[in-house]
Amino acid sequence: MKIMAGFTEPTSGVVETSDGQRVTGPSRDRGMVFQSLEAPLFDWLNVEENVAFGLRMQGMARDGQRATALRYIEMVGLKGQERKFPAELSGGMKQRVQIARTLATDPAIVFLDEPFAALDAQTRRILQREIVNIWLRTQKTFVYVTHDIREAVLLGKRVVIMTAGPASRIKRVIEVRMDYPRDELAPDFVDAFRQIEHDIEEEVSRAWSGNGTLSTR
Amino acid sequence: MVGKRYPFYSVASVVAMIVLWQLASTYLIDPFFLPAPTAVVKGTGELLREGILLKSIGASLGRIFAGWILGSLVAIPVGLLVGSSPVVRSLVDPFTHFFRFIPALALITLFIVWFGVGELSKILLIVYSTGFIVMINTATGVAAIPEEKICAARCLGANRRQLFLHVTAPATVPYIYVGMRLAMASSFLVIVAAEMLAANSGLGYLIWTSRLYFRIDWMFAGIVLLGLLGYGTDRLWRLVGSTLLARYLREVSRY
Repeated sequence: MKIMAGFTEPTSGVVETSDGQRVTGPSRDRGMVFQSLEAPLFDWLNVEENVAFGLRMQGMARDGQRATALRYIEMVGLKGQERKFPAELSGGMKQRVQIARTLATDPAIVFLDEPFAALDAQTRRILQREIVNIWLRTQKTFVYVTHDIREAVLLGKRVVIMTAGPASRIKRVIEVRMDYPRDELAPDFVDAFRQIEHDIEEEVSRAWSGNGTLSTR
Repeated sequence: MVGKRYPFYSVASVVAMIVLWQLASTYLIDPFFLPAPTAVVKGTGELLREGILLKSIGASLGRIFAGWILGSLVAIPVGLLVGSSPVVRSLVDPFTHFFRFIPALALITLFIVWFGVGELSKILLIVYSTGFIVMINTATGVAAIPEEKICAARCLGANRRQLFLHVTAPATVPYIYVGMRLAMASSFLVIVAAEMLAANSGLGYLIWTSRLYFRIDWMFAGIVLLGLLGYGTDRLWRLVGSTLLARYLREVSRY
């Protein structure tokens, strides 16, 4: 994901976007939502200023920044919290700010690196439902990394299972053809879940050698 | 974060200390060596009437503030650059770690030879001692910025210049703030020593010359004033922190 976003150079090969452009560094065409709750936010800026940050960097006029920021703040359900600083927000609210901030610059692709992994179970479930709605509304490509199989099936249209690292590769691609919001007890859901679980278990047992120590290869 | 405070206890402990001091110099120790608080107040009154007191305070504070502000103005940009550029860091690092073990006190006589006995040598000494403390704190602050903050800003379209101005600099303010606070304390140390060695004004000079007149109560006046002025400037700096810089210092403990 870091290579796709442009933070890390690939040792070999290139990353190209669908319009044939080569990825050589980070750009506002590719947004990123990080797992860490505190570190990515600008703690000296309030919610509105955080969301408007990318627009300010583009040199957008103040009124435009404000209007756009407010639109996305409303989309992520933070209306009324514009003047609060990150230190005054809960973990879930911080991730909402990150999502709004990333969407505000209108990137073509949004990368989400385990965005809800550091949240409590209840908040995570709420945000999983909401991120689907946000995704459907924005019609953007979301690339979402998770270790949670349930989350993968709940959110993903296409679930890509990776082999155990290092030198991880694509193991299998599963298309989940279910409408949103998805019913976790539906047979299709359970089938997809079992398939992924089976693949992951295979990889986990490959990563761990027989004597219970983690193999480095 | 320091939570609850009990101002009553603080006032009570200060009052108790002064009472103990008064009793000690009345009944235990020769008041020539330990003048009572009342005697110190009287001595302070004398100095005030003769116009020495305000002149000394003005001279010392003037040098401290001039050196402290000048030193910080130089050290903050240098620290930001050292922290963000490996090249600048490699260029500056050997000197940083050499000079920071040379206390300003060791340079007093040299600076007086170079820059004369006037204000310049004293202000430059404070620039020197402030500069290293603030610069090292600033560079440390830059190094402590989490990678995600930088990545996030770049993803949001910030170029290098914007990254420096809108992320690196504001994210480092807590470290700059703490560095300047520490540097203020060291400025007091340096200026008093310099004034004792070579000056004809200032609190250090006052304390040093009181010896000639066997006026230990004047020495006490100077010493107590240093403490009070230090306390005052620190409170002032904290006031700046909780007002002008408040949005940058949300994560800093309030001690």
